[in-house]
Order: sequence, then structure tokens, then C-alpha cells
Amino acid sequence: MSRFLLPLSIFVVVVIFLGVGLTLNPREIPSPLVGKAAPEFSQPQLYDQEKTFSPADLKGKVWLLNFWASWCSGCKTEHPVLMELAKSGQVPIYGMDYKDQRDEAVTWLQRWGNPYSVVGVDEAGRVGINFGVYGVPETYVIDKQGVIRYKQIGPLYPDTIEKTILPLVKQLESQ
Amino acid sequence: MKMKWVMLIILCVSGPAWAGEARPLADDPVAEARLKHLAVELRCLVCQNQTLADSNAPLAEDLRREVRDMIAKDMSDQEIIEFLVSRYGDFVLYRPPLKATTTLLWVGPFALLTIGAAALVITLRRRAHTVVDVVVTDEEHRKVEQLLAEGGKRS
Repeated sequence: MSRFLLPLSIFVVVVIFLGVGLTLNPREIPSPLVGKAAPEFSQPQLYDQEKTFSPADLKGKVWLLNFWASWCSGCKTEHPVLMELAKSGQVPIYGMDYKDQRDEAVTWLQRWGNPYSVVGVDEAGRVGINFGVYGVPETYVIDKQGVIRYKQIGPLYPDTIEKTILPLVKQLESQ
Repeated sequence: MKMKWVMLIILCVSGPAWAGEARPLADDPVAEARLKHLAVELRCLVCQNQTLADSNAPLAEDLRREVRDMIAKDMSDQEIIEFLVSRYGDFVLYRPPLKATTTLLWVGPFALLTIGAAALVITLRRRAHTVVDVVVTDEEHRKVEQLLAEGGKRS
């Protein structure tokens, strides 16, 4: 009996490793920016090109920065969730229109609704690179000091809002 | 050496001309060679099994543009890699640095190799003990020959 013990234990260890590997999502790459100051930028606004949108204007506030685009299907999935969150008024959402056509973005928001307090335009995707964005949608929770506290890769779901975003926002608000 | 100075002067003079815009491949062979050299070491984050050099994903194109701009700004390879790692993490590197979190990755294969080699040696030694040399007598030899010969006839 004991001669089977070693191969069996090796087998079990391998199964555990592979099992854990299967449950990991390879698209979720931990961001080195969490806990660091959000990169500065100053981008033109979607509705008023003369005006700029910059994180410096939001010091002292807890806010969400949501990278989206009219061409992105995940953004459509997440959109009702953002609308709901915006309606609740619990945390302001700021949008960054990532590598998009201005008129298409405006049409998209007209059609589906605009959950954003302000929308900035990142036509070349440079702000995205500074934030380590590699696929829209991505959402950042930024605290009063302008530090990134959380990064959501992919769409936000009601569950993520309830269990992760809102508790974190509340905690950051009280700081 | 002379070539280098010429290149440098060309780079400085033509600097403002290509600000903000990705230049085509053939424009500056030296910069392109550096870009290629760097891009094969960097992972595309969208199609994760491709290098930045191979990938046609829009993000890979953007990152190549950024790297090109940084080369144009005369940043060192180290600085360029740091720029990307600070934004995307060690994941962008095909050769992750040796850290506490990556020890298993670096040491694991060698540990497995050692364990395998040890197991092989132990098994072979054990087997050497169990195998006993058997002497075949002339009598037995003749018997075998006879049996083989008979078998040959039958088939």
C-alpha cells in the first residue's frame, strides 16, 4: 500500500496546482499602480473641447475614473450598472473616452444615457497607457489625495459595486 | 563613431518634425533596431502569448509608438522598461526579475529537475540490488537452442 502513497501524493499536489490555475483569470493582471498616485493628465472634454479635465481638479474627492469607448462591447454590458450608480449619487463617475471618435461617443451617450459627471477624451490612448489600461472598460477608484485605491479590469457588475466599490468608497470618504 | 554623431545630429535636427506622430519603419534604422530589440523582450498585454513586436493589437501598436518616442528622447533601455513596468507590472517582461514572488518561477524548474534526478538515481540503485546475476549452464544453453530450432520449424 505504501508504495502508492508517494505517487498519489504527487498526483494530489499536481491536481491542486492545476485546479487553482484553472480558476485564475489570466486577463486580471495585478496593477502596480494601486496604492500610487494617479498619473496626472489634462485632456479636452468630450462636450466642450475648450475645457479640460484633470485629476488635479478633483483633489479632496473620492471618485471613479472609467475608461470606456463607443466601440467597446464590455462598456455596453457595464453601462446600466454605471447608470444605476450615478443615479444613486453615492460616488461621482468620471469618464475617459478611450481611442474613440468624438461624434460616435456623443451618439453613444445620447442613446444609452450619460452616467458621467465629466467625460475626458483620450484619443491617442496616452492617458490609458499612463494608467496601465490594456482593454476597456477599466475603472479606477481614486481617493481624496489622488491615490489609486482599486482597479477593476473589465466590466463592473452590480455585485462588484455592492461588495467592493461602495464599501471602499465609504471607507475612503471617512478618511 | 562618425556615423553615430551624424545620426545624433539628424535626430536632434529632425526632432520637432515627428513629435507626437509614430514614424514609419524605414525612417531611422538605428531606432527601429532598438525598438525591435526591446519589443521582443516585452509582452503584449492583449494577446498575452505574443511579444510587443509580433502583436497587431491596437494597444501593442500604441506601446510601440510610446517606445519609439522614448527612444527618440534618447532614454536608455532600462528607463524604457521601467516606464512600462511601472504601469503594467512585471507581467510585461518576458524575463521577470528575481523577487520573492517569482522565486518559485525561477527556482521551481531546477528544484523539479533535482527531485527527478534524485528519484532516478535512487530507483536505479535499488534496482541494481534486486537484479541477481544468473549463470546459464551449457546444458540450459543447449535446451534453449533446441527449443528455438523446434519453434522455427513449426512456424
